[in-house]
Amino acid sequence: MSRIKEFNLPDLGEGLTEGEILAWLVKVGDDIELNQPIVEVETAKAAVEIPAKWAGRVQAIFHPEGSTVEVGVPIIAIDTDPGAGPVEQSTTGTPTAELPSPSAASLAAVEVAPEEGMVEPGLIGGVAPGGRTAVLVGYGPRNAPAKRRPRKGAAPVQPAPAQAVPAPVTPVQAAPAPAPVAPTPALNGNGRAGGGPVLAKPPVRKLAKDLGVDLAALTGSGPLGSITREDVQRAASGTPAAEPLTVTAAATSAASAASFGADREQRIPVKGVRKLTAENMARSAFTAPHVTEFLTVDVTRAMKALDRLRDRREWRDVRVSPLLLVAKAVLLAVKRYPMVNSTWAGDEIVVKEYVNLGIAAATERGLIVPNIKDAGRLTLRELADAMTALVQTAKSGKTSPADMSGGTLTITNVGVFGVDTGTPILPPGESAILAFGAVREQPWVHKGKVKVRQVTTLGLSFDHRIIDGELGSKFLRDIGDFLADPEAALLAWT
Amino acid sequence: MAKGDPGAATRSKRAAPRTRRAAATGEPELVQLLTPEGERIETALGPDGTEYRVDFTDEEYRGLYRDLVLVRKLDAEATALQRQGELGLWASLLGQEAAQVGSGRALRAQDMAFPTYREHGVLYCRGIDPIMPLGLFRGVDQGGWDPNEFKFNMYTIVIGAQTLHATGYAMGVAMDGKTGGEDGEAVIAYFGDGATSQGDVNESFVWASVFNAPLVFFCQNNQYAISEPLERQTRVPLYRRAGGFGFPGVRVDGNDVLASYAVTRHALDTARSGQGPSLIEAYTYRMGAHTTSDDPTRYRIASEVEAWQAKDPIARMKAFLLKQQIVDESFFTEIDEQARTESVHLRERVLNMPDPQPVSMFDHVYPHGSPELDEQRARFSQYMESFEGSAH
Repeated sequence: MSRIKEFNLPDLGEGLTEGEILAWLVKVGDDIELNQPIVEVETAKAAVEIPAKWAGRVQAIFHPEGSTVEVGVPIIAIDTDPGAGPVEQSTTGTPTAELPSPSAASLAAVEVAPEEGMVEPGLIGGVAPGGRTAVLVGYGPRNAPAKRRPRKGAAPVQPAPAQAVPAPVTPVQAAPAPAPVAPTPALNGNGRAGGGPVLAKPPVRKLAKDLGVDLAALTGSGPLGSITREDVQRAASGTPAAEPLTVTAAATSAASAASFGADREQRIPVKGVRKLTAENMARSAFTAPHVTEFLTVDVTRAMKALDRLRDRREWRDVRVSPLLLVAKAVLLAVKRYPMVNSTWAGDEIVVKEYVNLGIAAATERGLIVPNIKDAGRLTLRELADAMTALVQTAKSGKTSPADMSGGTLTITNVGVFGVDTGTPILPPGESAILAFGAVREQPWVHKGKVKVRQVTTLGLSFDHRIIDGELGSKFLRDIGDFLADPEAALLAWT
Repeated sequence: MAKGDPGAATRSKRAAPRTRRAAATGEPELVQLLTPEGERIETALGPDGTEYRVDFTDEEYRGLYRDLVLVRKLDAEATALQRQGELGLWASLLGQEAAQVGSGRALRAQDMAFPTYREHGVLYCRGIDPIMPLGLFRGVDQGGWDPNEFKFNMYTIVIGAQTLHATGYAMGVAMDGKTGGEDGEAVIAYFGDGATSQGDVNESFVWASVFNAPLVFFCQNNQYAISEPLERQTRVPLYRRAGGFGFPGVRVDGNDVLASYAVTRHALDTARSGQGPSLIEAYTYRMGAHTTSDDPTRYRIASEVEAWQAKDPIARMKAFLLKQQIVDESFFTEIDEQARTESVHLRERVLNMPDPQPVSMFDHVYPHGSPELDEQRARFSQYMESFEGSAH
């Protein structure tokens, strides 16, 4: 074995096909020990550190941070005997290059998945939902052309025949080949091997008989190409089978300029934060009966109070935004109406003494809602610092899952987008969410006269299972009262 | 105590066993013989007034420490091997070493154990070569050890199923008349906090209770059923469930190897003498992920993990050994070196494990085969031989 060893990205979690290189913990030229962490990789299941498989010196790193690597592909080369002088070039890649390519041999040596159709879908080695191949251990399947060992006596290197049914040792009763419906009866995940018996469950056979449909003339859309009830009904009604939906797997960034195909449509795979957001929103919207109330408030005094705060010496380096006062208003109002800070748990309502205050943030990865733990205990200054830290962490994409879990009440600051208000959807497990709109100068009746005042609109959505209109209104009114006159509210309530 | 005799006062102060009653207020009521700071408690009282104590020689203390370290290292090596693509999966026992070594060392040769898939520490104590579970998780064999030879059943992946197997086995032990006295047999069933919500476990509680089976239910409460926290499993401390089924339950500090040993030994002796089952809740914490496919940072907070870090089972044993001057620093160096050597050796053996031949899948279906199976094997062999360059 060569002293240069290439390490392939393993399947880190039972059937994964790829991982993203988060960070390299070593660089080319580093001497490393056995089991020393070398790279942090994030998969669909977890972010993990991979320990070095061999001791030695890092010879080459094949993929930069941020790249997504398929399972089974070499990611690093390690010289396992760096003391033995210069390396004879056994690899095709040149180590001088910034990101050299791994040796062709190592790519070819990757285990070959069984031919499709050899194994039942869903079983190990078979096609699993989503088109991936189910595996139990090791490097997982590769989609490279299959390199099966040739059969004895077979013509050398022929493309795999479409009908890859192994020759049985004892003759199997040959079923009459059905007239092919599709031009190429090649096996795919849904296809049926030509020449095999027609697969259909007894009730489907009876239905076909009742409707006068010839099962042998149909292409099944069920597992292993079996014919389903729908296939029969479709054949009976004369409508063609629906084209299977194909989603382009191209890793296009949703943020990049839309690249439209010939049909002037673009298909963006739903994954990551978008997928999570969609699931949470749908779950919340269809389980918690929401109502939304609005309140328009003159916040001129609050804005002036903020200015005075900024002028104070000890607050000079602190980021002071109107959102800070809104957060304070919410926290004070929760103390007066603790029921708002609760969770519907089926047969009981869990009311929380602590407030983990969520702040919805728009980031490059999409919408995330980190929360400030036990925000009700913080002083205004601590709250300001926590909010600044939270926003910075979110913008840099380093918000940890722990920061995002356990939220009890959320504020969404839609005003930064220049809109007046909204009807926000509750984060799952929370009972209230406040939308804070833009603060605008508007004509407003102030002390009996129309004056130009700074005005904003608050929108409060709440879970009507827990919070009645009266409680929701009082809570929103309190927040409004605080923003209308923070000093008086503080004197009155605390 | 005689007031006028200062000598007696001093003596009795020293001699009076430091007794800790389990039902302390505020914190979990548990039996503890070694505090997280490494302080020995002479005697601990269980909820039913049972006195728990251990009487180890220095050599035995050293042995327990060695077990803890070797088991942790073996577990860490397996986790690394999985990350390197050499194992399909691994369920780490990190943090639970004391519960496993304590209970595993309390077993006698004749006692039978029914593990989950995380009992690598108990497996080690039963004298099974750690290569065995690694072969299982590498997918090159089905486990490989003889349960009857080592008195340690196969790893059970189905949650809680082994408690029923253990109950049936224990009932069989009783029916064979093997209980009673010092030489009696006892059975221990391992499971976790999540398994207590399973029907299987509750059924086995019922059967073991009404048939007075010589069985110890050993629940390692590591606080999480994958991602579900304990408060989603139970409203009462788990050990108190036993009362409803009609047998005693006790909560032990699962990070304290001495208390885990004492409590398990007592429960095993109760079982072997024919006095029926008991439940031990070893209160501990899974420091790592549920398995290598899991990311615990998604459902628990760092401060919680840090709090449990301070209760580490090995650190407290180390502090105790040093305080009592049972060992000096060179002892730890020697053990660490032994652990390192053994793990490197284990790694080499794992990497050299041969892949099984495809036809071997027919070997263990029936003990003596069957005509149909023989025919299938013959046909499959012929098929495999139809490829070029095939040995089979």
